[in-house]
Amino acid sequence: MILDLFNYWIVVILMMVGLFIIVARGNLVKKIIGLNIFQTSVFVFYISVGKVQGGSAPILSDSIEVYSNPLPHVLILTAIVVGVATTALGLALVIRIKEAYGSVEEDELQVIDNQ
Amino acid sequence: MLIHLPILQVIIPLLGAPLCLMVKGSRFVWGFTLLVSLLASMISVALLWQVEANGTLSYALGGWQAPIGIEYRIDILSAYLLLIVSCMSTIVLLGGYRSIEKEIPVSNQSYFYVAYLLCLAGLLGIVAAGDAFNVFVFLEISSLASYILIGLGKDRRALWASFQYLIVGTIGATFILIGVGYLYIMTGTLNMVDLAQRIPSVSESTTVLVAFAFLIVGVCLKLAMFPLHVWLPNAYAFAPSIVTAFLAASATKVAVYLLFRFSFGVFGIELTESILPLHEVFIGLGLAGVFAASLVAVFQQNIKRLFAYSSVAQIGYMIVGYGLDSVAGSMASLLHLFNHALMKASLFMALAAVVYRLGSVQLKDLAGLASVMPWTAAAIVIGGLSLVGVPLTVGFVSKWYLVLAALEQDLWWVALLLVVGSLLAIVYVWRIVEQMYFAPSTSGDQSDGTREAPIGLLTALWILVIANIYFGIDTRLPVGVAELAAEHIFGGRL
Repeated sequence: MILDLFNYWIVVILMMVGLFIIVARGNLVKKIIGLNIFQTSVFVFYISVGKVQGGSAPILSDSIEVYSNPLPHVLILTAIVVGVATTALGLALVIRIKEAYGSVEEDELQVIDNQ
Repeated sequence: MLIHLPILQVIIPLLGAPLCLMVKGSRFVWGFTLLVSLLASMISVALLWQVEANGTLSYALGGWQAPIGIEYRIDILSAYLLLIVSCMSTIVLLGGYRSIEKEIPVSNQSYFYVAYLLCLAGLLGIVAAGDAFNVFVFLEISSLASYILIGLGKDRRALWASFQYLIVGTIGATFILIGVGYLYIMTGTLNMVDLAQRIPSVSESTTVLVAFAFLIVGVCLKLAMFPLHVWLPNAYAFAPSIVTAFLAASATKVAVYLLFRFSFGVFGIELTESILPLHEVFIGLGLAGVFAASLVAVFQQNIKRLFAYSSVAQIGYMIVGYGLDSVAGSMASLLHLFNHALMKASLFMALAAVVYRLGSVQLKDLAGLASVMPWTAAAIVIGGLSLVGVPLTVGFVSKWYLVLAALEQDLWWVALLLVVGSLLAIVYVWRIVEQMYFAPSTSGDQSDGTREAPIGLLTALWILVIANIYFGIDTRLPVGVAELAAEHIFGGRL
């Protein structure tokens, strides 16, 4: 039973791991990594959804009867691009924060701001 | 040409963005951006006019008919939002040149305009798209652009605020993505009209309820609904002044639109009303937002931050209208979208003028402002009165309708709390007025040549201020359209 839904269990675990890192870690780079894990879990979710049991890759051929659903895969390609852009922008901000504050630790930033 | 207006609305700013990089000279880039934004607002006026005359427009992208193809769907609600977003963007840009020139380093100015147009394109796209996944993509386009715009603020805290917004915003957008995924699993479609038709047959399933939960929480994160508002005050306070004026007038409004669209347009009234106790939850959270944010605003020393908290409070009013779950409540909420965009745009534009001349928005530095910058100070007063909801301003109109909507359901305590909440606004507006008009001017002010803001900034500011008064007296346009839009979403005709 558990193995039947193996992908979805992984999705849930990854999602929780990602969210936990975002909330619990003070290092901004680690927060970005957590965000990435969180987003990746959704990618895995979409890809698993598109798979049809016994289905083949959705390339038209006479010998194949059952195809997997390509739509979620296409959607998630777009979401992956968005994820990459977010990561890039996030890391660029981290670099600027490091230059401006001399730190990338959340608690230290708060101390500096409150001075 | 006319038939392509829905796509042109989105594609013109989207294509205008990279073209900004080819234009040399900051004045020309500004002119070009203004032109693009002006075109977008002209299209939005034409669309509103068409929709009012002929009903909902559907545009099949690339000639592929919905539901297979991607559909852009402009109904009266979308047309109304398109008008708000594109017109606010144009007016803010019109007055923004000198302020942008001063606050953004020259080397970054063309990138600033690129990000600005991308943000505009994203916001317009969210409203125009009739496809749930496209909403997510446009949401991310506008969000990524707004992280950049906020991060361009002069103060280094802008970077930190932008980073926090990036984290929260991405979590919100990913929640929306998960919600859309669940809906696709259950219905096999992404088209909103199709979704609305297929959801009733599966509305008993937990998956649909979970999808609803993810979508609503995701949207409420973008919306800065209390208690998910933590990212907003710093982002607004430290962003460049023009960016604050633009985002305050457009970004949260579009998120409110999504809340209406998903809950009434996609999931349908039956699901939203009967299965989940959203009614009470949203009225409660909305009122909590009004009071909590207004109280915090009273104690702010930084005026931009003060008005940012007041934005959270005003969003509370819209949430109450949504929570009332009636045509009257939705109408009041949609009307407040328009009116709040007007008042916050004029207030933040006035603050842009203050920053331009004084270089500070600390309350203590505003002492005696009325004697050196009378027009700006007067604009802040009128904007503030509108925020409080004094008759003859737009703020009064939307609060009037909101109170009526609450009384219609015999929720007299809600009506009472709404009025008391407005009284809190008097307190924080009065603190500013007192400082500007009655505090003795600090000696340095006159000698260092502080004078009235540049004429471009003042023109845009006073267009907004006059609109604040005009639409407070002649309420036909916003009330008429908001009423149509509310009836439209409640009629279930997407």
